Amino acid sequence: MSNEKVIEVRNLVKKFGSFIANDRLSFDVYRGEIFGFLGANGAGKTTALRILSGLSKPSSGDVSVAGYDIYRHAEKVKKHIGYMCQKFSLYEDLTVTENIMLYGGIYGLSKKLIETKTTGLLESLNFSAYRKRIIGELPLGMRQKLAFSVAILHDPDIVFLDEPTGGVDPITRRQFWEMIYKASSDGITVFVTTHYMDEAEYCDRVSIMSEGRIVAIDSPAGLKEKYSSASVQDVFVKIARPNNN
Amino acid sequence: MKRFLGFVKKEFIHIFRDVRTLVILFGIPAAQILIFGYAVRTDIKNAGIAILDSSKDEISTALVSKLESSDFFILKENLQSWYQIDSSFKAGDIKAVLVFEDNFGEKLIGEGLAGIEIIADGSEPNVANLVTSYTRAIINDYMLEVNKPSPPAGIMIEPEVKMYYNPNLESRYMFVPGVITIILVLICALMTSVAIAREKEFGTMEVLLASPLKPLHIILGKVTPYFILSFIDLIVILFLSWLVFDIPVRGSLVLLLLESMLYIMLGLSLGIMISTLSKTMQQAMFISLLGLMLPTIILSGFIFPVEYMPWIYRVLSSIIPPRWFIIIVKDVMIKGTDFAFVWKETLILLFMTLVFITISSMTFKRRLE
Repeated sequence: MSNEKVIEVRNLVKKFGSFIANDRLSFDVYRGEIFGFLGANGAGKTTALRILSGLSKPSSGDVSVAGYDIYRHAEKVKKHIGYMCQKFSLYEDLTVTENIMLYGGIYGLSKKLIETKTTGLLESLNFSAYRKRIIGELPLGMRQKLAFSVAILHDPDIVFLDEPTGGVDPITRRQFWEMIYKASSDGITVFVTTHYMDEAEYCDRVSIMSEGRIVAIDSPAGLKEKYSSASVQDVFVKIARPNNN
Repeated sequence: MKRFLGFVKKEFIHIFRDVRTLVILFGIPAAQILIFGYAVRTDIKNAGIAILDSSKDEISTALVSKLESSDFFILKENLQSWYQIDSSFKAGDIKAVLVFEDNFGEKLIGEGLAGIEIIADGSEPNVANLVTSYTRAIINDYMLEVNKPSPPAGIMIEPEVKMYYNPNLESRYMFVPGVITIILVLICALMTSVAIAREKEFGTMEVLLASPLKPLHIILGKVTPYFILSFIDLIVILFLSWLVFDIPVRGSLVLLLLESMLYIMLGLSLGIMISTLSKTMQQAMFISLLGLMLPTIILSGFIFPVEYMPWIYRVLSSIIPPRWFIIIVKDVMIKGTDFAFVWKETLILLFMTLVFITISSMTFKRRLE
């Protein structure tokens, strides 16, 4: 983890009519870190993630991603990020290789480079035997791992993961996080939203959102100390849902 | 450009791996041409008739053989009495019964006047109408022939009717333009709207929008294959109707293809508009089928002539694109007219296309904000 900021957010506001989904968010994310974005459903984390990945425009505030201002250089931002959403992001009627070729092509990689990368990627996942298989025939865990590999195929500065492990079995989740660590050690910043609190423990830093605001932001250890809790789960219950306590 | 082509290739893979899509693309056009060509007819051929002729003289026999020798009728039965008429209709083989007056020939020569009663099966009004008018025409013909050597006293007007562009009033001249119009709307609007809605429903649209591909490229990449395939379909339909039904393109083929391209573009922009308005594939399909297919078939003038509709339907009809395209196809294909006579319809289609594109891009932008 370095001191170089890859995401800078100042006073980000996003309104839908009179509803304020993001209320004056300000935070930084540093190169190579795994940044967890926590919050209950409807807390506004997906809205913020969509803004950072260029899918939606903020109502006001300054946001720069990978060194580019998202208002003026949205196209440049998109070249330097990877994105994987809640729903499955590969095409089910295309084969493994076809999916990789497609996304590699969309990000402007040369055919040769894609082929080299495909071989390497499939070997490291132990998927070489499945190259020509249709995605729809593969088990969910396998698909998610593949989707993540495809999202970082073009070596982005940052990869945005929106609840990537939803519906995946614990073993695959474990393997998925190993992939995230690997990506992070390769210098890719990982920005991940999740509602699995055990996953929050794996992050370098986490921010907790509640009702459109960031109510806490620190390392898991720092948070636990500050709120004298045994786990991030307890911290979350204390601060994100004060009414339920 | 390379990114774009890769994306188009992927769209083709979607189409060719899905059997249902292929059936809609190539099965339905061929089936429609054959169904409308063979099964749906508004002209008659070999309609069964029965005769009740008690005199069986020279004139009545000649008249019957004249009816028979036309392609329109086949003599199924010679009835002996009035009582058989009802049962003969009920048996279902005949569309009409011709009843000659008693002593038909004798009376005609003696008094100069004899009657024939034509009883048609009114349960099929269209057929009944056609049968009676064909029969009358044949009887009139015969009268004129007989009268030629010595015209009767007084004057006689002999109207000669010609059906321009379609001398035998064959219904297939009508259905080819209709089928082209329906197929192109089906493929362009329905298939594109479903294809785009599918990306939304599966979540892949998000990933595409987060990629460096521009939204315009995504949309163009989605519609390009359908543009190419519907053009191929158009060629297949024109070729089939020429080969199987002998219907030529009388006007300029280039003009017809250009007009069709405009209409295809309109269909695609309509499809894009539907997809921006719907969240799921089912919704897109529902809007396309209910909002497009039914009006196209009923209101476009394909089956029911627009001129005879109540005013409210005429208004509705004028805002649906197929209504105008069907006129263009009919004019260029059947009448052989040139652009000077269809520019108004062309302009209307162009205007509609622009409206659809504007609405789609507006809804699309709003969604991003």
